[in-house]
Amino acid sequence: MEMKGRIISRGVAEGEALTTTQPISFYGGVDPETSEILEKGHELQGKLIKGKILVFPTGKGSTVGSYTLYRLKKGGVAPAGLVNSECETVVAVGAIISEIPCVDKVDISKIATGDIVRLENGVVTIKK
Amino acid sequence: MFLTKDEERMLDGEEGYAVKKSMEILVALGDIYGAEKLIQVGSVQVAGVSYHNLGDAGLEFLNELATDGKVKVLTTLNPAGMDLENWQNLGIDPEFARKQNLVIDAFSKMGIIVSCTCTPYLIGNLPRYGEHVAWSESSAVTFANSVIGAKTNREGGPSALAAAFVGKTPCYGLHLDENRVPDVHVDVTADLSKFSDWGALGYCVGTQAQSKISYITGIKDASVDELKTFCASVVTFGSKPLFYMKDITPGSENVPLPKEKITIDKQDIQDAYQTINDETEDIDFVCIGCPHASIKEISQIASLLKGKKISPNTEFWVATSRPAKQLADKRGYSKVIEAAGGKFACDTCMAVAPLKGRFRAIATTSAKGCYYSRHNKMLTKMGSLEECIAAGVSGKWK
Repeated sequence: MEMKGRIISRGVAEGEALTTTQPISFYGGVDPETSEILEKGHELQGKLIKGKILVFPTGKGSTVGSYTLYRLKKGGVAPAGLVNSECETVVAVGAIISEIPCVDKVDISKIATGDIVRLENGVVTIKK
Repeated sequence: MFLTKDEERMLDGEEGYAVKKSMEILVALGDIYGAEKLIQVGSVQVAGVSYHNLGDAGLEFLNELATDGKVKVLTTLNPAGMDLENWQNLGIDPEFARKQNLVIDAFSKMGIIVSCTCTPYLIGNLPRYGEHVAWSESSAVTFANSVIGAKTNREGGPSALAAAFVGKTPCYGLHLDENRVPDVHVDVTADLSKFSDWGALGYCVGTQAQSKISYITGIKDASVDELKTFCASVVTFGSKPLFYMKDITPGSENVPLPKEKITIDKQDIQDAYQTINDETEDIDFVCIGCPHASIKEISQIASLLKGKKISPNTEFWVATSRPAKQLADKRGYSKVIEAAGGKFACDTCMAVAPLKGRFRAIATTSAKGCYYSRHNKMLTKMGSLEECIAAGVSGKWK
């Protein structure tokens, strides 16, 4: 299945989807060393985002979160790609400076954890 | 978003890495928020300076930008995690100081004025009414939009830097007059009798108006220092960096009075103190200057501290900009404050210095200061300057 979205940050990425219906705060909510989701009560708490196509509705929290994405990338533990329903400033800026492909304006409910997802030219391809 | 030929060239990398990355950031933000074009900005204020918040990743990013990035407009800097000259005296770890200095070096290399203050408008970065700027630091953004009548969105550190390297920002949000119309009428019936009441009022307006633009009536007079502390509070507890205050802030005579109405009375102000203050008698830290103390505030501190001694159990800081401190030195205020056992914390403040675990309970005049001190696990007391100084002298809140 294919969905056409909007390119926030260019590039090609492919990987296993990790999806949530809850927004993610990268500053304080994700361990920049290990890529573990730390936010208490988050449905992905304890999961590693390393190498995944991380699918979430939108970002939240401090603008310093952009630097967390950058730190994940430099540490080799960044997600392979990001898919949002509606991207906001923190994630957009973080994805661009870290060169992590990012696409938004797609129906994220169509993507399930474990699906193989490919991002290319704003097209999200899902293999069940 | 429409780009000119020059802007296209910048996006293609003809002006180097920093400008290319900056254009990518600005174009993405412009697309997200539906901007039609980029507009020139008169100045930039960059936040995200404390190594405490940036970490090694942030430092590495800044170093990459600094390899070929030079700012195109007047650009000033937010507070760092320490006093750049006097950090030892404030108990800062030497390794932290080394990293913090590397951050400052990177900004300096970019051509940024390393002013390290959250009050750029007091030290030479003062936009005119109606001027487009790209500022981060929420209290300064709110002051610029509301008290000065300049136009800026609430930028993050990287998007402000991007605007500085390009000299432009995407035209959306508060850059457009149609988005600067007030949504809610806030009538203040409470008397604001002491300085910290302005922080309490900011709490009330921020929590009740949230992301709406408020039009505030009922305020008879307001000093710049009172507006400065109100700006910091209203955007800490709410999210909109713009308000109007009838007969006090520019533009208030030209915008329509909104139909939706909120009243803030004496009880609301008292409730704000209840929420902001914790139960504690012992005070081991007093910090004045969130936002950074003006020269007028420093003169008031000096006159209240003259001939007194800060308790040996209490650390007393005046957080301010270096230019304000230099004026205070010349006038003799610094000598009076230091003779009483007070310390100056220039270039930094209680919100961005690495203070977690160092103090148990803080007294301050600032509602925003209380909010961030709680993040640093301190108990908080907000009160007038007189009350805070009394707490510093006795080590007790009365």
